[in-house]
Amino acid sequence: MRSFNVQRELLGVTAVWWREFKVFWREKSRIVSSIVQPLMWLFLFGSGIGASLSVGSVNYRDYIYPGVLTMSVIFGSVFFGLYIIWDRKLDVLKAVLVAPVTRISIFLGKVLGGCTDVLLQVAILFAFSFLFPSVNPWGIPPALLILFITSVALVSLGLALGSLLESLEGFQVISAFLIFPLFFLSGALFPVDERLPSWLHGLVKINPLSYTVDGVRGALLGINLYPFYVDLAILTIFAAFMLFLGSILFSRMK
Amino acid sequence: MAIIEIRSLTKTFGKIRAVRGIDLTIDEGEIFGLLGPNGAGKTTTIGMLCTIIRPTSGTGIIAGFDIVRHPTQVRQNVGIVFQDPTLDTILTGRENLQLHARLYGIPARERNRWIEEMLELVDLRERADDLTKTYSGGMRRRLELARGLLHRPAVLFLDEPTLGLDPQTRARTWEYIRKMAQKEKTTVVLTTHYMEEAQLMCDRIGIIDAGKIIALDTPGNMIDRMGGDIVAINAPNPPLDQIRSLPYVSEIKTAGETTEITMKSAHLHLAGLLALIRDVRSVEMRKPTLNDVFIKLTGRDIREDNAENGGSWIETIARYKQRGK
Repeated sequence: MRSFNVQRELLGVTAVWWREFKVFWREKSRIVSSIVQPLMWLFLFGSGIGASLSVGSVNYRDYIYPGVLTMSVIFGSVFFGLYIIWDRKLDVLKAVLVAPVTRISIFLGKVLGGCTDVLLQVAILFAFSFLFPSVNPWGIPPALLILFITSVALVSLGLALGSLLESLEGFQVISAFLIFPLFFLSGALFPVDERLPSWLHGLVKINPLSYTVDGVRGALLGINLYPFYVDLAILTIFAAFMLFLGSILFSRMK
Repeated sequence: MAIIEIRSLTKTFGKIRAVRGIDLTIDEGEIFGLLGPNGAGKTTTIGMLCTIIRPTSGTGIIAGFDIVRHPTQVRQNVGIVFQDPTLDTILTGRENLQLHARLYGIPARERNRWIEEMLELVDLRERADDLTKTYSGGMRRRLELARGLLHRPAVLFLDEPTLGLDPQTRARTWEYIRKMAQKEKTTVVLTTHYMEEAQLMCDRIGIIDAGKIIALDTPGNMIDRMGGDIVAINAPNPPLDQIRSLPYVSEIKTAGETTEITMKSAHLHLAGLLALIRDVRSVEMRKPTLNDVFIKLTGRDIREDNAENGGSWIETIARYKQRGK
């Protein structure tokens, strides 16, 4: 029988978490580009369209602010998880995987590490919120909660896929067929209502990330389709499922 | 006292029987070498002992723990240096050791002291706060050795610890391994296909071929059992039958115009032997090596199998030159 020591496992989780944080902090160029890209969406894309368009009483640029935050979380989280393909290629993980710590603890350390990275990026984006007059600063804490849970789900998803894939070639495929559709179908860039074609409306509704956008938009702009607790519940179930799936696939990874 | 006991250990990958029943006992404090060509099952065996690979059948006991039933305790008691480098190159040397210390549950108050000791032992204190991607190949290996021993394991496994290093760095790396093993009183199990190094380093050697241990002894005994010294004589048409009948000659092998004669006390009998042979162009006398032992046991040269293996290219060239003579 495998003996299980909670304290040792927690130390293992924090060890991996600590490593991810160190790496994140060291790669400053990655942090900068992960901040600059969403800002370009907001100011170059959002301001451009916003010049001739508003949604209700809200300027388009302000309207997509919650969507762009969600976008940062989607890309940051999934790519963080997928990064283990690279770690495995370089054998960085090998020495970690032979330590007397269960795979699940290593997985949880990775998830926490990824969420920390992503939430720090989000925090920097929140620092720019004063440039968006419609954003209610009191909505930031609940929005962070929603984004954190989303990040847990998506880092797990990335790790799950990264455990399955052997090479970086799959990267492009996942990016094209998973990440972009998840983003476009989340209502990040457009309002979800009856004006949408019904097929599109349907796809948006079954995308869990639509509930992220809805929750964040509700918290920050007061525009929402569902009550906050519904968004929160759906995302929590999504995250729990992804954690479960990810930990199984990561444990089986060769 | 035995620290490792392996009992009928096997591993099958699909149809490939990588390890075909290994029984082996290794004593505490020994430096034990597993020697064999690529694909002989060395890495798979070590993988099973480190609980990375699950055995198909059989088991092993390391420091009192069963590798199949108590993998976590086994992991706590062994250190590993893999064949390929596994350092985190985005972290500094010290941070690599800090990560390892946490993963192996070294108490926080001891952590820094143990890390300093290890850095001192491998002479990396001055470079400890540089990113490991700026380290040379030899420095990386040393840091990996330090990492492998940081949690004070009972057994340190080294899989081809000097592969890909230049000869000078290789020699230094061996010095470190010996020094560390002595200081920490650690049992060392290593694999290598550098015969000369194994001969110098190991207290005992197991020669492994096609998934089985085919010889097990001290390097000295193995070589003694070869039956003396090897004399290579280059001459046309030596009187082979006459040479074979000499009482001190134990074996003759010919390759082209070179005759390799294994004989006892060559320094006493060489003159008598040479008197029998005409037109001698060259004579070379040497002590047998583990490579000769391997050739005798398997009929193959261990290094032929590794010819494509970058690490030994200098030896390959040297051998070509010798043959060309």
